[in-house]
Amino acid sequence: MNTRTDRQIRIGAGIAAALLALGFLLGGILVLLVVSDQAPDVVAPLADPYVRSILGFTLMQAGLSTLLSVVLAIPLALALHRARFAGKRAILRLFLLPQALPVLAGALAVITIWGRNGVVSDGLAAVGLPQLDVYGLTGILVAHVFFNMPLAARLFVAALDRVPAEGWKLAGQLALPPFTVFRTIEWPALRSALPGASALIFMLCVTSFTIVLVLGGGPAATTLEVAVYQALRYDFDPGRAIGLSIIQIVLTALVLVATLILGRDPAGGFGTGGRARRFDARSRVRDVGDGLVVVLGTLFVVSPFAAILVSGLAADLTRLVREATVQEAAITSLLVAAAAASLSLLVSMLVLMAIEALRFGKRPGAARRGTRIGLETATSLVLVVSPVIVGAGWFLALRQVTDVLAAAPYVVVATNAVMAMPFIVRIIGPALSQANAETGKLAEGLGLTGAARFALVDWPAMRRPLALAFAFSLALSFGDLGAIALFGSSDFVTLPYLLLQRMGSYRTADAAGLALILGLVTVALMGLVERGFAGREETGR
Amino acid sequence: MPKLTRSLLRFSASAAVALATVAVIVGGAFAQSGDRPTLTVYTYDSFSAEWGPGPKLKQAFESGCDCTLDFVGLDDGVAILNRLKLEGPSTKADIALGLTSDLIPEAKATSMFMDSEVDVSDLTVPTGFSDAVFVPYDYSYLAFVYDSETVTNPPKSLADLVSGDPNQKIAIEDPRTSTPGLGFLLWMKAVYGDEAAAKWQELQPRILTVTPGWSEAYGLFTKGEVPIVLSYTTSPAYHVIEEGTDRYKAAGFAEGQYLQIEVAGILKETPHAELARKFLTFLVGKEAQSILPTTNWALPVRDDIDLPEAFSDLVSVDEPLLIDPDTVAKNRRAWTDEWLQAVGAR
Repeated sequence: MNTRTDRQIRIGAGIAAALLALGFLLGGILVLLVVSDQAPDVVAPLADPYVRSILGFTLMQAGLSTLLSVVLAIPLALALHRARFAGKRAILRLFLLPQALPVLAGALAVITIWGRNGVVSDGLAAVGLPQLDVYGLTGILVAHVFFNMPLAARLFVAALDRVPAEGWKLAGQLALPPFTVFRTIEWPALRSALPGASALIFMLCVTSFTIVLVLGGGPAATTLEVAVYQALRYDFDPGRAIGLSIIQIVLTALVLVATLILGRDPAGGFGTGGRARRFDARSRVRDVGDGLVVVLGTLFVVSPFAAILVSGLAADLTRLVREATVQEAAITSLLVAAAAASLSLLVSMLVLMAIEALRFGKRPGAARRGTRIGLETATSLVLVVSPVIVGAGWFLALRQVTDVLAAAPYVVVATNAVMAMPFIVRIIGPALSQANAETGKLAEGLGLTGAARFALVDWPAMRRPLALAFAFSLALSFGDLGAIALFGSSDFVTLPYLLLQRMGSYRTADAAGLALILGLVTVALMGLVERGFAGREETGR
Repeated sequence: MPKLTRSLLRFSASAAVALATVAVIVGGAFAQSGDRPTLTVYTYDSFSAEWGPGPKLKQAFESGCDCTLDFVGLDDGVAILNRLKLEGPSTKADIALGLTSDLIPEAKATSMFMDSEVDVSDLTVPTGFSDAVFVPYDYSYLAFVYDSETVTNPPKSLADLVSGDPNQKIAIEDPRTSTPGLGFLLWMKAVYGDEAAAKWQELQPRILTVTPGWSEAYGLFTKGEVPIVLSYTTSPAYHVIEEGTDRYKAAGFAEGQYLQIEVAGILKETPHAELARKFLTFLVGKEAQSILPTTNWALPVRDDIDLPEAFSDLVSVDEPLLIDPDTVAKNRRAWTDEWLQAVGAR
């Protein structure tokens, strides 16, 4: 085998993998459009005032969530970047946790802390202020800020890290006052990351499902994503489900286009920072201010974890763990997560290797560039076609040929797999790309192909990020509710689904216990997988 | 390169294990268990719950049938119909239990049900309800139940409720999933007709939350999150008998209470039609009918059942309200949309 054949195999396999993912994402809806005798009704739902109010609410809550997350993240990122203390890296790592925490457990924690009987309400009541009403817009915003503010802060810290060291040195030598540093160095850096970060968070909030389902509190606070689910599970109105899905796809596609125009990489920024050194003149006032901001920000991020721990430990954990339903649900969740993460990793790796293979060879023609962009887009498309919509499409399509609930495990695994792809690609992609930039030419020159090339070039570069990617996708699938919400039944129960059921019947103690179990297993899974795969020689990044 | 080989091996081994185990669960889902026939009954979750009638009925019925009775608890009554529509003829359910008379035409339109052939001649149901397909097993009147310790001036009519203090919150159920929710929608329609949408808008600020089922709403009420909840005239009997308190009371409304007749039907595709018929006959028999009032907290469809003392203190209903089921079937979608618009507006 020569390098050319090797390249062609890699590109072919990558395209096949991308098509597979694409086919799965759009297949359900497409099959449905072809099979069903009537055209999908997009106009009728849009004329419906209720649908219009859902659309309005979707945009409003996403806009406000984004604004709050970004505005709060800026001072936090500035303080974190400026402050010099030992636990900085730990805090930045901690800010990664909300993304791995199962959304349902997070939503529950938000109720515990911010709910009518929660800590914050008690505090407000103590000083004579009205209690917070967590069901509705308030709860949705608090939860979205909890999940997205740390993400924004990390993206901003990464942007500040990208400022060349000379900038900070010069600022130190010239003893620039803080505001001048902000205006000349920090703000331009933040501004470069602002559009990308805002667009990413807006996108995540537009398609938010679990938080809105749990904290929405009825028809007054519903998003399109939840409306699609309700159209199927509440009304069984396939026409409306498809119409709403198409409206949502158009909306998210518009946002994604805006993201691509505004910012470079919508899901980047997985660095844990801590590279640049700063030389600002020390000031007691500012140190205290920074410390305060960091402490408050960290408290806000840590408090839900503490709430899960405290209220979870108050539950009858030993009984829960011994309950057969809980054990079965945990095992099902583990299996689904393992299968989804493996599948996702395999498909993403094939696509990534094809993307790299497209670098080499003759001249970089337009067709090649097109293929590359196509491959890259395919892995991110799940941001546009959200899990509930993928699920809804397949649900309705499969219903015509088979017993939907029997096919449920396959659809849930596949949906979770495509959901994890954007993350995997963004974690492994840069490392693989760097390895190929460094050693790719040499490999080409030596005529390395097939397994040898994989073993010598790709694998060593991918192994560590692979561990993180696998851990992330495991956590993501383990805690997912979007796909299972549609397909769950008494025969197919995952831990998040069971948690939702227990919450539904207001068995709050059980729900808190399950949330703790869910959180602990997620953290254990991530730790174990990262350790197991990453090897011993390197630690920390 | 032993290290590489090892990690490659480790990786492929874990992937293989994962895939194999998924194959096992998926395979397991298809496997059937046991030799005795299993009768699967779709119902709402407060019926199948450990404190509901489910476990007692299961015990009583299984002792004489050499079969397994399996209750599957769904969100609420309307969710049962949604679930059946969604699963289509491949459903595992043999019996659907917990629809209301309002939903009968819609349920029949799925052509998934068969004639029950159960003798219902000795049953007594208000309005003289009777149907070839669906067997009535209990009935109750919708009512707003309030906590007399926090609500000193309870609403005496629907008009009172609608125009009441918006700071005194109520919890209601979603008519798209729940039978009391649907019943309240029809109640408003029966009383206000074309003005219902405007009245919903007036009521909207009082609604703390709309829950998918009765259990959730009633849970919020008993936990003290909300002082008034949409439930049944029979609910106070539960608190008197089980908790020995008369703190929770039902509000009788001047316009009348909406009647909810709960029914059960047999699915056409069931392989156990005979057993299903036997269960429905058992359900309207004296033994089951004596279990239902103090577990499902509804009134029996037989007049030879001795009811506990607490039932004689319930709000008496002179004028049951009921909208003709065919009218409901024709308008349910439009009325639900009207409700969504009124309640969803901000």
